[in-house]
Amino acid sequence: MEKLIWAFLIGGGICAVGQILMDALRMTPAHTMTTMVVIGAVLGGLGWYDKLVDFAGAGATTPISSFGNALAKGAILEAGQHGWIGVLTGIFELTSTGISAAIIFGFIASLIFKPKG
Amino acid sequence: MLVGRQSWCFDSKPVIISSAAVGGPFESKCLLADDFDEFAEDLWLGEDSFEKAEVKLLEKACEKALEKAGLKSEDVNFMISGDLDNQITSSSFSARGLKIPYIGIFGACSTSMEGLALASKIMDNGGANYVLAATASHNAAAEKQFRYPTEYGAQKPPTSQWTVTGAGAVILGRKGDGPRVVAATIGKVIDMGISDPFNLGAAMAPAAVDTIEVHFNEFNIEPDFYDLIATGDLGFTGYSIANELLLKKGIRLRENLFTDCGMLIYGKDPKVFSGASGCACSATVTYGHLLNKMRKGELKRILVIATGALLSPMSYQQKESIPGIAHGVSIEYFY
Repeated sequence: MEKLIWAFLIGGGICAVGQILMDALRMTPAHTMTTMVVIGAVLGGLGWYDKLVDFAGAGATTPISSFGNALAKGAILEAGQHGWIGVLTGIFELTSTGISAAIIFGFIASLIFKPKG
Repeated sequence: MLVGRQSWCFDSKPVIISSAAVGGPFESKCLLADDFDEFAEDLWLGEDSFEKAEVKLLEKACEKALEKAGLKSEDVNFMISGDLDNQITSSSFSARGLKIPYIGIFGACSTSMEGLALASKIMDNGGANYVLAATASHNAAAEKQFRYPTEYGAQKPPTSQWTVTGAGAVILGRKGDGPRVVAATIGKVIDMGISDPFNLGAAMAPAAVDTIEVHFNEFNIEPDFYDLIATGDLGFTGYSIANELLLKKGIRLRENLFTDCGMLIYGKDPKVFSGASGCACSATVTYGHLLNKMRKGELKRILVIATGALLSPMSYQQKESIPGIAHGVSIEYFY
């Protein structure tokens, strides 16, 4: 139960940061999204994002910042095993599920539905 | 005849022998729905892309205007049209179908009055018997053009506007009964450094105010000369900025004289945020609602200032600011 509350607060907090970036700094949605990815990657590189995930669960894994964390983590993981080339192969190591799912489900949805606008 | 530096007075007063406005499904429920000739049932119009649907909207408006004027497309000397799609394909493809000699123009949402001013100038110089001026926009095609990717449904701020799905067309002739185009003022490109593509009203307001001021000065008239002055698509945000700027310049407009097509069409509908925009905004409101009011005798002299934001998807990605432009056309009808 306690974890649920933390997931709600941390997840909501990350979204609130995104909203502030859009409203106060007049960032476009695309800029806001990439900024959150970069923040997630930096925190992931420092090893802090995983601590946040341990603490808040889905509150930290659901927002797009988690994608940045996965990019950094994959790169670091593969770098340890294969050196510099591992940085390049590792970037999409952990994120490939999400990217492939987006492409495949996007394709299926486009076969079934017509855009509304 | 040239008046001042950037205005024309059309001595022959070309007659608007017919006008047409068509809209999409959302427009069929708008405040000015009675002034549209026709509505599409959905955003597709039986086509397989929004862009093709826009071509069809534009063709429908032109065909409707021809029908009302009792003319065939062979009778019309020139068609002047523009839109918001890449390389104005909607206009060119419509002209392909209509087979009318074609002049493609780009003035973003100021295209309606840019086209009407040029058409009137051609008529006034004896360059044609009939000229068709038209423009169109399509909500989904414009969103795709300027705000791709739209699929994830990004939030929009309160200053953003709703692109009108529709098309407007007018046919000018030498004689006959109808509202007459008497003057036009071509606007300068004005850039106040605004770079937010979700606040186009603010980017265009200074251009609108400049054109209004120049128009009054060059023709040496007071605002009260007109029964109505309507800007194209400033929306509620841009309209209030324009009002402030007019006051700063010492131009006082009496109550109910100054309005904006972007506020008139949907009113304060939360779905459209700051109001309407798009080439079809000023075109459908002017060629439908305002001309109808003139034909009913409710308005005798109007000044329409169509406003355009001259950005491209590339220019704002490269962090360029958004220049605005506004063209004014004066129409009168006494009977």
